[in-house]
Amino acid sequence: MAVDGGPGGAADGITGGAAGGRTGDGAVGGPEGAASAVRGDAARGGPSDGAFIELDRVEKVFDVRRRTGFLKRERRRVRAVDDLSFTVARGETVGYIGPNGAGKSTTIKMLTGILTPSGGRLRVAGIEPSRERTRLAQRIGVVFGQRTTLWWDLPLVDSYRLMHRMYRIPDARYRANLDRLVEHLDLGPLLDTPVRQLSLGQRMRGDIAAALLHDPEVLYLDEPTIGLDVISKARVRDFLRELRDERGTTVLLTTHDLQDIEQLCSRVMVIDHGRLMYDGPLAGLHEAGESERILVVDLDRELPPVDAPAPARVVKVEGPRQWLAFPSSVSAAPLVARIAAEYPLVDLSVREPDIEAVIARMYAGQGNRAASRPPTSIA
Amino acid sequence: MGAGRLYPAVAVGGFRRYATYRAATAAGVFTNTVFGLILVYTYLALWDEKPHLGGYDQAQAVTYVWLGQALYSTLALQGGGVEKELMARIRTGEIAVDLYRPADLQLWWLASDMGRAVFQILGRGVVPFVFGALVFDMAVPDDPFAWAAFAVALLPAMVVSFGIRYLAALSVFWLMDGTGVSQAVMVLGIFCSGMVLPLNAFPGVLGDIVRALPWAAQLQMPADVLLGRTAPVAAYAFQAAWAVALLAAGRLVQAAATRRVVVQGG
Ligand SMILES: Nc1ncnc2c1ncn2[C@@H]1O[C@H](COP(=O)(O)OP(=O)(O)OP(=O)(O)O)[C@@H](O)[C@H]1O
Ligand SMILES: [Mg+2]
Repeated sequence: MAVDGGPGGAADGITGGAAGGRTGDGAVGGPEGAASAVRGDAARGGPSDGAFIELDRVEKVFDVRRRTGFLKRERRRVRAVDDLSFTVARGETVGYIGPNGAGKSTTIKMLTGILTPSGGRLRVAGIEPSRERTRLAQRIGVVFGQRTTLWWDLPLVDSYRLMHRMYRIPDARYRANLDRLVEHLDLGPLLDTPVRQLSLGQRMRGDIAAALLHDPEVLYLDEPTIGLDVISKARVRDFLRELRDERGTTVLLTTHDLQDIEQLCSRVMVIDHGRLMYDGPLAGLHEAGESERILVVDLDRELPPVDAPAPARVVKVEGPRQWLAFPSSVSAAPLVARIAAEYPLVDLSVREPDIEAVIARMYAGQGNRAASRPPTSIA
Repeated sequence: MGAGRLYPAVAVGGFRRYATYRAATAAGVFTNTVFGLILVYTYLALWDEKPHLGGYDQAQAVTYVWLGQALYSTLALQGGGVEKELMARIRTGEIAVDLYRPADLQLWWLASDMGRAVFQILGRGVVPFVFGALVFDMAVPDDPFAWAAFAVALLPAMVVSFGIRYLAALSVFWLMDGTGVSQAVMVLGIFCSGMVLPLNAFPGVLGDIVRALPWAAQLQMPADVLLGRTAPVAAYAFQAAWAVALLAAGRLVQAAATRRVVVQGG
């Protein structure tokens, strides 16, 4: 059933740092139309030195059978992950983003070993996950934001006791870890509550603790902030930041929330249609996508569009409120200063582009390449 | 430490989970008692017509009825143990979470179902049986060894019950929906386990067949052990053979299902 794992046709893209060399800041490489990855300046060096997670031309093809009529079936192949190569060093925190159906969850499932790649080479801590799933399980932690690993009907602490046995955690270490996680994730009052009575945010914190009791070297988080309110998100992020800084756990995080990435990840990978589109720092992503931020100014009365210095421009006027678009890579400060000096400014705010918009632009901007700009964004 | 402590912990969890469903347990006790009454009066009428049907006298037939009601949920004779949950997890893809854990899927669910079964003996079995014993004339042995032999027979009965339902649940990997399979499990369970009529009373070839099927290991064997109708060792051998066969089949199907998931994503 597995699809032949030979290398695909066109070998395009500058995915391997060593193979393709590094492109400059925000420069978009690759031939027109080819889904080639763009590497920012945080890109790693060669693929194997010290790499903890290593993917080399990994593919995952699903056979989807659909009934199209009486006894008629249609077979379709979905290329969920396509020629994906990247490495993650020990201790790195990497954001893994892309639109719905891009292949993020599929990648994480392959990294945990519950899906075998259709082609390519994949190693985590030197282990091939799908072959040695159980051995690897001792070293990884996973949180699927949309699913829970906790026992629905039982108090939270019962799930933890089960983890204790399942991962064969020595008693002293289990107690120490549980105490620490309960304190940092504020789970104390929830331990005796049945999981089904927990709120989404509480359950998510419970799940994160469950994934960390056995001191995994790497933590995969598949949308850990999905559906959480602002306060719960902040809590989860604070905790993950601590985890990164104090324990040096390698973290791979998928999300649709750009703020997760901004606050946690020094590096971000963008995937779309199963292909790596970008790999580098977040700032560079904005440049690669030529994304724009929006400055919203409230003047004290209705005025004609403000005279903004290029490349900023007014995109909308509504009464005393005006919207100005300017490149994400450029500081907002001079623009704000100028408007404040020349116009009766009452209030202002800056809107960051959302990640889907950035990716959409990146796609659009593949052919007409962006000029290299120094990363001066203030954000 | 070690896996030796994981599965007991899972079983304890299974026990405690079912213990939390208090209202369902109370409702179940009531239902089993009412059904027991209906069946007892039906049996008494039937045994008046055909004394010694299936080799049971009236007191033994009544005992058989209350044993059936007492073991009905423990042995999940019509389904309704952990397989429902397993089916749901397969259908929704949550089974993926179970797969990456360093635990054996079959042992995990077996342990969980054992915990459930033990709870349901206490929670749902004892009351209807005691009720029956107080109200009707029953052939309850006062020999503690008979009770011990009966208790031993319950263990493989539970494993056989699990083995059937585990296979049914795994079929959802291919069928994508457990409704039809659950119905098949229910119908087969009602008929073949002897819930309606003791398997001993089934006539001719039909009787020979149902008494050889794994369902016979569930209610009929423990009942016959308690009623002194069969030598315990023979019953145990029959039950153990089916338990081993079903668990082995479960492992094979599980391996195929796992392969399917890791290649095809479910
Ligand atoms: N088991 C499967 N069988 C068939 N196709 C699948 C399977 N799992 C995923 N796919 C397909 O593979 C593609 C990638 O899916 P995946 O779940 O990895 O996306 P994702 O990036 O996690 O998206 P989202 O942001 O919506 O969670 C999609 O087109 C999806 O339909
Ligand atoms: Mg996903």
